[in-house]
Amino acid sequence: MIGIEHYVAVSSILFVLGVLGIFLNRKNVIVILMAIELILLSVNLNLVAFSSFLQDLTGQIFAMFVLTVAAGEAAIGLAILVIYFRDRGTIAVDDVNRMKG
Amino acid sequence: MIQLFAFYLFAAIMLVAASLTILSRNPVHSVLWLIVAFFNAAGLMVLLGAEFIAMLLVIVYVGAVAVLFLFVVMMLDIDFAELRAGFIRNFPLGILLAAVLAGELLLGLGAVGKGGIALGTPDGSAAVPADISNIQAIGQLLYTKYLFLFEAAGIILLVAMVGAIVLTHRKRPGVRGQNVPRQNARRPEEATVNMQPEVGKGVQL
Repeated sequence: MIGIEHYVAVSSILFVLGVLGIFLNRKNVIVILMAIELILLSVNLNLVAFSSFLQDLTGQIFAMFVLTVAAGEAAIGLAILVIYFRDRGTIAVDDVNRMKG
Repeated sequence: MIQLFAFYLFAAIMLVAASLTILSRNPVHSVLWLIVAFFNAAGLMVLLGAEFIAMLLVIVYVGAVAVLFLFVVMMLDIDFAELRAGFIRNFPLGILLAAVLAGELLLGLGAVGKGGIALGTPDGSAAVPADISNIQAIGQLLYTKYLFLFEAAGIILLVAMVGAIVLTHRKRPGVRGQNVPRQNARRPEEATVNMQPEVGKGVQL
């Protein structure tokens, strides 16, 4: 029988993969945003797993709110990316410090 | 038995797809692997009995977020080879940090497994009702106990939408749009002229 530990282990590995993605693709903002989505997915998986095993729906409700924030974050992040690319012709994050506030 | 098989299948495919998401050379492939990972995460959530969250994951992530990513990746003309220049250089540090983080998480998991920390028990105010479906139970809770949080989530989405539109909207010079008030203010007297030209002579327009 599958216990909560299995789900927590899987979501931990997913979380680590997301963090690793941020470190490996330090220049490419698009992949960094995707790695953040992976991290949020692992959080959601954790919330739903605990909700299911504790027989309490609060976890699923909060997974929905995490989903909301993830969708908003992706929309705003990609909009910033588009205007940044329009302005500079590149999306390398190394140059972002030139915006100066 | 089938449950065990399904769990390991979904978990394995999800983790492989997540790895390929962060390792792919081409960001379009990254987005496609991300979609695979989301589908398999939805499968895991169905196994947990959270059908509504699973369907929401498919609709919101695959239907909206991943398509948005795909759209941006394909729309922008980006030299991805240049962006991958530091990949090998960052690899040892990234692996080291990931290993440390994974070790810490597994240590914490092991500590909880030994009974070191009391997780507590739910107070029963959001307990899963036995006789109604998952989506019905979530609806009953969402529109009563979490009503204000639900509305706050709506405001977040509204702000995100308005923000994205404001950020990407631009006024192009030299584009002639329709000017409705000017059109409506125009009268026949100022637009047309009555002429009685003489025979054999032209009319100046």
